[in-house]
Amino acid sequence: MEIIFFKIALILIIFLISLGMAAYSTYGERKIAAFLQDRIGPDRAGPFGLLQPIADGTKMFLKEEIIPNVSNKWLFILGPCIFMVTALMTSAVIPWGLPLEFGGVKYNLQIADINIGILYVLGVVGLGVYGVMIGGWASNNKFALLGAIRASSQMISYELAMGMSVIAILLMNNGSLSINTMVESQGTGKLYGFINISGMNWNVFYQPVACLIFIICAFAECNRTPFDLAESESELIGGFHTEYSSMKLGLYLFAEYINMFISATVISCMFFGGYNFPGIAYLQEILPANIVSLISIAVLFGKIIFFIFFFMWVRWTIPRFRYDQLMRLGWQVLMPLSIINMLITGAVLIWFNN
Amino acid sequence: MKSEIIFYLLSALSIISALVVVFTKNPIYSVLSLIVCFFSIAGHYVMLNSQFLAIVHIIVYAGAIMVLMLFTVMLLNLNKESEPHKSSLIKVAAIITGGLLMLTILASLKTTQLTAYSTPADLGLGSVQSVGMSLFTEYLLPFEISSILFMSAMIGAVVLAKKER
Repeated sequence: MEIIFFKIALILIIFLISLGMAAYSTYGERKIAAFLQDRIGPDRAGPFGLLQPIADGTKMFLKEEIIPNVSNKWLFILGPCIFMVTALMTSAVIPWGLPLEFGGVKYNLQIADINIGILYVLGVVGLGVYGVMIGGWASNNKFALLGAIRASSQMISYELAMGMSVIAILLMNNGSLSINTMVESQGTGKLYGFINISGMNWNVFYQPVACLIFIICAFAECNRTPFDLAESESELIGGFHTEYSSMKLGLYLFAEYINMFISATVISCMFFGGYNFPGIAYLQEILPANIVSLISIAVLFGKIIFFIFFFMWVRWTIPRFRYDQLMRLGWQVLMPLSIINMLITGAVLIWFNN
Repeated sequence: MKSEIIFYLLSALSIISALVVVFTKNPIYSVLSLIVCFFSIAGHYVMLNSQFLAIVHIIVYAGAIMVLMLFTVMLLNLNKESEPHKSSLIKVAAIITGGLLMLTILASLKTTQLTAYSTPADLGLGSVQSVGMSLFTEYLLPFEISSILFMSAMIGAVVLAKKER
């Protein structure tokens, strides 16, 4: 019974954290953009402009809602809902830290440790397409439809390379698809078999190519620059959310930041050790378990914040691709590269196991 | 008891959504309800302890194939006026095909026996490991043959796309 209450509390906390991270990502994005372009950025609402996300949210809520007369009303409302729900669903399989212990009971900081964790992530990411497609189509606007088609064909193209790059990791991970075992195995063992730093056995050192492919695909899945052709404002006005106003537009934009947060989390769990950090075994010896657990949560969030920063850094540095370049990169470069990477990983594993 | 309630809810959902696919006039609605139908079938897989099959079902059908279907339907011009008149030959062909399909289903249903719903005894039955083992040992030949089929379909698609130039 206690476990159920704990799980419900965990779901609520992760929900609130996702929303909070997304809200402050908008602030962070504007501040980082300002920093990179030698400006000041938002500084009016509260100290250092820290209340800016709240002001933005209030503005979104209070604006007039316009539903185009000719659009399909129900699907028009359903679009942003699906996008938001699929964005929030992925966090269920992420292990957020070492287990906490209260009164002799261990509480895993993971909502659901299903044995198909990474496939669940890929499946839910694939469903995000529907929010975009339904929204773009129901707007009954040619620009919105074009944006939706671009977004969804981009997302289903890059999903393939993403899945292929994950297979290399699965091969190394003894075929376990659970994200929990994936993170745990990165915390045990020696790096390359001889460098003895605890909690440093990260997948990125073994699979840099897969990591690079995965990160590029994550950018494409989130529709972020340099792959934000779905809403390239110079050609398509705003892409699939051209007709949206008020909080429905807010949901789309917000869900995009949640997607970014979740992709940063998945990248750090799969390739950068999740909650593991160098010297974790030493700390476990000298400190109580719960404090180490709290530190591990903080470390995971540090990695997540770094990757969110990385997303923004790229956005304000690299210009947008052309659509044919995007498709060529996805199908003719990343796809074969990930397959070759998978083959080489398999061959090397067989070589070493013999 | 709990799983029985979930089973009946899922079954009702899958039957109703499958009926909506056939009877609704708006093709977008029928595509969307087909997706709901796939989800409820994935739910049945989870009830049978086959999480792997369930998620693969969602990734392949709901995540890829139905997206392409939705693509096509959305790009069609769905005005009443532009709808082409269907010739009666197509209707006859559709009736014959549907009738044949029904015959097959009836023939396969004739030998089945209805048993009470129960959760499977072997919990690892639908896991990745056991599915992979049976695919690559017991059913290796059908597996390879179907992959050759997919390969030929892919090559065919590439050839068709190249012809345009």
